[in-house]
Amino acid sequence: MQTFLAMGGYARFVWPAYAVATIVMIAMLAQSLYTYRRARRQLAAQEHKPHPRRRRKP
Amino acid sequence: MQRFANPARFMKLSGMLLPPLAVAAALLLGAGLYLALFVSPPDYQQGEAVRIIYVHVPSAWMASLVYALVAAASVVGLVWRHPLAHIAAEQAAPLGAGFTFICLVSGSLWGEPMWGTWWVWDARLTSVLVLFFLYLGFIALVHAFDDRTRGSRAAAILAIVGVVNLPIIKFSVDWWNTLHQPASVFRLGGPTIAASMLWPLLIMAVGFMVFFAALLLLRMRTALMDAKLRALRFGAT
Repeated sequence: MQTFLAMGGYARFVWPAYAVATIVMIAMLAQSLYTYRRARRQLAAQEHKPHPRRRRKP
Repeated sequence: MQRFANPARFMKLSGMLLPPLAVAAALLLGAGLYLALFVSPPDYQQGEAVRIIYVHVPSAWMASLVYALVAAASVVGLVWRHPLAHIAAEQAAPLGAGFTFICLVSGSLWGEPMWGTWWVWDARLTSVLVLFFLYLGFIALVHAFDDRTRGSRAAAILAIVGVVNLPIIKFSVDWWNTLHQPASVFRLGGPTIAASMLWPLLIMAVGFMVFFAALLLLRMRTALMDAKLRALRFGAT
């Protein structure tokens, strides 16, 4: 485990590279999911509002 | 193509595609990470530092690939006025910028131990940095106008002009002297990289692509819902 984490002396280059990739990709996923859920919530709220001036065609 | 122009049909289709894409992305990235960190061998020259390749190269491929998609969607949006095209381009661009950022940072972290420098202003590194700024310019331009349609069109033109940068990135390592190594996978005569490193790399790259595809569909759904929401709000008042 120690040797694995040490990455042959390159730990301070290898792990930050993987960390940046992981953080950026998780941030993209989180932001996309957050805006998706917010839009879905707002749309549901808007569609349940009554439209007093709109009438259906007979 | 016109069959998918209908936003309602897109919502239905993307809703069906999303779950399998998400599962595939998780499996591919998990397998790729395992192969990259535990199975693939250290390099005889670079030692363990070579493992940076498994995040650097897939993100570099995605940086160019996503830009090509943004530009292609921009053409479709400008010429055929396809209702989903500008949405696709605008939702893909932030993801492309993210991949370009990963590429630049991981490349820098690879350059320091191997070349002895974090950064050089040579052709490959500079052209990828320009690509990053093209993404940022595109995103800024989309939101620079009060009228969304004008923003979309202006940004689309920028995206199309910026395509000139893609062959410069690809061939920069052949046209100019650079610290960056030439292509070792997509080259005439086949890959020069060992199979034990090529397979983890390809699995990781496909994982990045499927991850991007799933996020793009999700973000396009969000954009369509937002558009519907705006229409409802304006219609109600």
